[in-house]
Amino acid sequence: MVDRLFKGISFGATTTLLLLIGVILVSLIIGGSLCMKTFGWHFLTTATWNPAAKEFGALAPVLGTLTTTTLALLFALPTSFFVAYALCELIPSSFKLPLTILTELLAVIPSIIYGMWGLFVFIPFIGIDLAAWLAKHLGGQHLVGDFFQGPSSGISVLTAGIILSLMIIPFITITFKDAFDLVPFNLKESGYALGCTQWEIIWHIMVPYTRAQLIGGTMLGLTRALGETMAVAFVIGNAYNVTASLLHPGTTISSSLANEFTEAESELYTSSLITIGLVLFAITFLLSGSARLLLRRMAQGRGVSSK
Amino acid sequence: MSNSLAHARRLKNKISKGISFVFLGILFFFLGWIMLTLVTKGIVGFDMRVFTQMTPPPGSQGGLLNAIIGSLLMVTAATCSSTVLALFIVVYFSEYGRGSLLTPISCFMTDILLTAPSVIIGLLVYNIYVVPAGHFSAWAGVVALMIIALPVIINTTDNVFALIPHELREAAIALGTPRWKMIWKILLPLTKTGLISGIILSVARISGETAPLLFTALNNQFWSLNMNKPMASLPVVIFQYGMSPYKDWQNLAWAGALLLTLFVFTLNVFVRVLFRRKIVIR
Repeated sequence: MVDRLFKGISFGATTTLLLLIGVILVSLIIGGSLCMKTFGWHFLTTATWNPAAKEFGALAPVLGTLTTTTLALLFALPTSFFVAYALCELIPSSFKLPLTILTELLAVIPSIIYGMWGLFVFIPFIGIDLAAWLAKHLGGQHLVGDFFQGPSSGISVLTAGIILSLMIIPFITITFKDAFDLVPFNLKESGYALGCTQWEIIWHIMVPYTRAQLIGGTMLGLTRALGETMAVAFVIGNAYNVTASLLHPGTTISSSLANEFTEAESELYTSSLITIGLVLFAITFLLSGSARLLLRRMAQGRGVSSK
Repeated sequence: MSNSLAHARRLKNKISKGISFVFLGILFFFLGWIMLTLVTKGIVGFDMRVFTQMTPPPGSQGGLLNAIIGSLLMVTAATCSSTVLALFIVVYFSEYGRGSLLTPISCFMTDILLTAPSVIIGLLVYNIYVVPAGHFSAWAGVVALMIIALPVIINTTDNVFALIPHELREAAIALGTPRWKMIWKILLPLTKTGLISGIILSVARISGETAPLLFTALNNQFWSLNMNKPMASLPVVIFQYGMSPYKDWQNLAWAGALLLTLFVFTLNVFVRVLFRRKIVIR
């Protein structure tokens, strides 16, 4: 009797979990329906965002989200990989534990602190000079010039990308390091016995062995960067620009939501914000869903658990 | 020929090592800088007033008491409710739902929920709670935090449940123990440390969440324990004060940021020191 009750409750709890995802989707779609009805598919390709004239388009925040995330991954992936390599193989073992613990702690700092640091320290001390330097030296170049048009106040898409990457690097580093620690000693020793260098061990033995974990860690970092609100809201300037220049202010979906949602007066305004939220949810859902399926396929192919 | 090959390989190795140390240096330089800023700027506004006075209007003295209490209340309520829910879900995953189709789908959904942006969770709770209720409230904040904590606790607990040898369950069942008793008296005590560390980690995670509270609990400048009214919380106050042009507010924001970080660090170190070695059950 009690057993049946227990089973019933746990079944109910699990169903609630499933319903939750459905409820998220349905409530976002209902909330955004007014906007979708008004603008249709053009909403995604329109660059205007003018609350006074009640004209809204998602292009600026969507592009902003994709750009900042790409930048963040561009900086974070190589750094995390090499730092994890250093933590696992290169530094003396007496430093390994303290540095690992330090990195773990850095991975749990609330993101709002990265945002504040970006606004009060990074922009005045580095951001402005960096932007001026980039605009001066790369702004006139042929292919890349469009990305580095100044002048810049330091509040920019580039700064947001850098702050985001600083935020996700500790996190990705830890997952990479944990993955590298899984590689059996026998494998590495046989590599060394054949005369491999440390770089060949990591590149030809450890990376293929831990591929699933590396992809998983990268995807987690990616989805974090995509949805991150606070680290970005402080430094991106919340401007609905659609320009190629990384040195101009921009906006992302999540920072638009954080900055404007409680202030949106008209129904259409709220509905438009909810719709860009739906776009963000769809992007992360597709990304983490496909990563999960890919990892499962890889695990089946090799008979190794994906966890 | 072979000499030049060996040379090239050694060079490659050296370059990769060089890059690694450079990146290691850059990373810890920046992260050290962040910590240093946090401590030096946080100390300025950090005194007893932070813990004894309410959040001030611009230009006057004050503290963060209402925000601290608000955060504590909401995080506690969210953690308690999501722990209970998560426990039942994990029991379903590892016991009742073994082999059922619902389990892999729910595992998949847990992963999706874990990676869902927290700002979206805020939107959801705004739509399903704040709009029907007609006002912002601390309860809405609790619901949002609960949804964020849920997948964290499920994942850590599920990992620990998976470590328990199957023979132990079979032995209990063979002796005629009802399943619920087996779960309650055998599995739960065994997984206690893992469960507790999962809970503490989720507390650390949700106490820094800002975005979902913006549209749910909003903010409140005054002392309030009414969970049906808007309530201040540490991260939201840090956001509001940090973005403001007033020096006093910014100092308070840094003090709050330091406090929040110390809290999160303490929880994580605590878990590491107390539970790290004990989580793995053999």
